[in-house]
Parts: sequence; structure tokens; C-alpha cells
Amino acid sequence: MKLEELRFGTELIKRGFASMQKGGVIMDVVNAEQAQLAEEAGAVAVMALERVPADIRTAGGVARMADPQKIVEIIDAVSIPVMGKARIGHFVEAQILEALGVDMVDESEVLTPADEQFHIDKTGFGVPFVCGARNLGEALRRVNEGAAMIRTKGEAGTGNVVEAVRHMRAIMGGIRALKGMDSQELIDRAREIEAPAELVIECANLGRLPVVNFSAGGIATPADAALMMQLGADGVFVGSGIFKSTDPETTARAIVEAVNHYDDPKVIAEVSKGLGEAMKGLDVHLLRQEEVLQTRGR
Amino acid sequence: MGVKVGVLALQGDVAEHIAAFRESLAGRPGSFVVPVRQARDLADLDALAIPGGESTTISRLIGKNGLHEPLAEFGGGVFATCAGMVLAADRVDDPRVRTLNLIPMHVARNAFGRQVDSREAFLDVAGLADPFRAVFIRAPVATEVGPGTEVLARIPEGIVAVRSGRHMAFAFHPELGGDLRLHRMFLKGLGL
Repeated sequence: MKLEELRFGTELIKRGFASMQKGGVIMDVVNAEQAQLAEEAGAVAVMALERVPADIRTAGGVARMADPQKIVEIIDAVSIPVMGKARIGHFVEAQILEALGVDMVDESEVLTPADEQFHIDKTGFGVPFVCGARNLGEALRRVNEGAAMIRTKGEAGTGNVVEAVRHMRAIMGGIRALKGMDSQELIDRAREIEAPAELVIECANLGRLPVVNFSAGGIATPADAALMMQLGADGVFVGSGIFKSTDPETTARAIVEAVNHYDDPKVIAEVSKGLGEAMKGLDVHLLRQEEVLQTRGR
Repeated sequence: MGVKVGVLALQGDVAEHIAAFRESLAGRPGSFVVPVRQARDLADLDALAIPGGESTTISRLIGKNGLHEPLAEFGGGVFATCAGMVLAADRVDDPRVRTLNLIPMHVARNAFGRQVDSREAFLDVAGLADPFRAVFIRAPVATEVGPGTEVLARIPEGIVAVRSGRHMAFAFHPELGGDLRLHRMFLKGLGL
């Protein structure tokens, strides 16, 4: 091996990391004990947080990156990758997460945005980023800024899958609509959705996003997780849905199996039996404008 | 005669493995590459790829899906990468992973540290004329190999490519990056 030719943090490494998460469930956890439970249940990674999104809603105020001590505690507790959330545009929080050894940074609308105009320039980091998106244009703007993975935003902390479905349909439908367009039409569409033309053309050629696309924001049951997989997600993030249920351990295992067998209703039926109460959930139509998280960043 | 390849499709970069083997077998009539999700999918396969992903997750799903015995007794060649290398070993440093005992070697998970320590390197691999652009992503290494296991590549951290009878295992990802020389070497080794 030629040591002088070692390279770190290339696009291939960052997007490759995201590829290794495919078909998996990434679970929100707030302490070492929850992280270990998630790992035992078969999570491919955990998201280290101060509070799950449902509690962030209740707490109000400014939501920031978690305490580094908490993140280190979670990193030390598990062997699977650990992700952490930084505020939109808060590149110093992202630098801190990278320095702590977090495996992927989520530039997340669940936290209070630090910059209302710009997202983080993610190309300058060695650590890969995942970003939320509600439609194809937003997804491709994030990819253009260096995101190695996309997740639908949904509406975090509601336990209501309706927004995750809306956003996944918008992205998948947006890609399907590119089929059959000639290059002029693709460039015109790129202008319309405010995305770089070369990325729109790449999507048209691939028939999918150029990076891994997970679903997030409102998944509370095994059936919700399988629904998102059948709609085209490469995997799912489950936030409040696990540790806000009455039986987190069984719910976590059931969601892992539902994602593995997303197209087998018999298995999903079996794992859904007797799970107890799912999280109570919120009607997204009753949220006040300032309570809606998905419109943060564009 | 066509070549039949399966890719263990429980979790990880399954689509990348399917694409790489399809490209390796392009122009060979009767060949196909299929995802393997249950024991009956293994019937008549010449070879099986075990992809990268999270070895703890894949190991759990192998158990849940009743695949441990069928995989351990698979009669064709196995092409294992990253998490697949961990599963193919006969010893691993983590009790949560139940190995398939296909290749005599001891494997250490996450031998490089965190994701920011993941790297690309041009690697000399025995049997290849030119270095291979190897992508290591939270990769394992073999710390020791048993009798009959040939070391094909080694770096300061440990052994990163091996061959043992009809099986090959890599700590890096030959399915990413578009270089199919190791796929061809594997198929050639099986006489395919």
C-alpha cells in the first residue's frame, strides 16, 4: 500500500457509508442504555440526541446540538455507527460532532436553524452528512452542497406518517416524471425545481436519487416503516416512535423485521401483534405555523 | 453455460453487489444475479456475495430468517466484503456476531476507528498486475488466518484480502468504484 496515496472523506467513502445503511433502521436514542437496546434490536445505527423530537416539541425554546458528553457516552456504548444532529447552517456544531467521532452528521430541521439562508457547505467535511428534503428540488440542492444521504423530512415528533408519505411520493414522483424528457426539457425542469441541471440529468439516467434516500419524520409502527419501504425508501429513521411506545424493546425489534420483510404482509402482521400502545401522536393539521418543523430550510 | 450468482439481501449494499456481478457477467448468455432472502433462493447457485452493511444487524437477520445452516453449508463460492468478511470468518471479536465458519480466520470489527478514519488506498493484491483502488468503510481486518487461507493483501492494520478454497473475502468494497478485476478473479477461481 502506498501511504502517500491514502485518501480520507472522498465522495465514494461518504456515499459508500450511506450505502451500508440500506435496508436498515436508524433509531433515535438519548442515553447509553437506549443505544444498547437499539443495537440489540438490530438497528444499523443510532442517532444520539439530548431529547427525542416529541420532547423537543414539548420543551420549546431553542433546540441545539446535544451535549458532547452525552454523545461520547453513546459512542462508547455501541459498536454500530453513531450519528448526531447539528442545526441547519451551524457548521461549528458540525465541526464539533466530527471532532467527537460521530460517523454521520444530520443537518436537521428538528433543531432550531442557525442560518435561514445557507445550509452547511458539506463538501469541506470528512464526515458524511444526511439532510432532510420534502421534494426532488430540495433533495438535489442538499446533494449539491455535499450531502451523502437524503431523508424525507416528514413531520418529526408527531407519530403521524402522513408528511413522510407526502415527501416520499413527491421525491419518487418527481424522479418518475423525468422519464422520457429530452435534455432541454430536463434543463427546463431543473430551473423550475431550482436544482442543478447535471443532478437532474443524473436522476433521470439512474431512475433514482444519486445518493441513498431514507424516510423519516412520523414513523411509529412496523406498518408505517413497511409503507415507507414500499413507497421506495432505502431504509427508515425512527425517532420518537420507539422510546415513546409502551414497549420500546419489542417495538424496536418489530420495526427492524418489518423493514427486512417490507413486502411480506404475513410477517408484518405477525410482528405487529400485541405491541401495546404506539406513541399517541399529533394531527399535523392542528399544528400552529411556528410548530411546523419541515418548513425549516429549503 | 450461464453463471448463477446470488447476493444475500438482508441489509447493506445489496444493489451495488448485484450491479457489479451483472456487469462482470455481461454478455454471458444464461447468466443471472438474484437477491437471496430465504434458504430456497440458494438452490442451484454457483456463487453467493455477502455484502457490506452492519454485521450485527445482518447476523441477527440471518438467525431470524433461518439462514445460518443453509449459508454455512452453501456448496458454491462465497464473495464476502466488509461485514460479509466478518460473517464468513470462523472467529470474531464480538459475541453478538455468529460467524458462518466459511473461512479459517480471526476477524476484528471496526479495525480503523470512526467513519472519519475510513479511507481509500491503492492496494497491491496478489494476482493483480496493478494496484487496486480499495475503499475501506468502517472496515474490519483479519488478525490471523488458519491453515489453507491465503493472504492476498495486507496493510499495517492487518490482513484485508484472503482466499480460502472457493471463497474470497475483502475488508474493502470491490463492488464500489467500478473496478471488476477481483470479481473476475473470483469467477475464474471457480472455473466459471
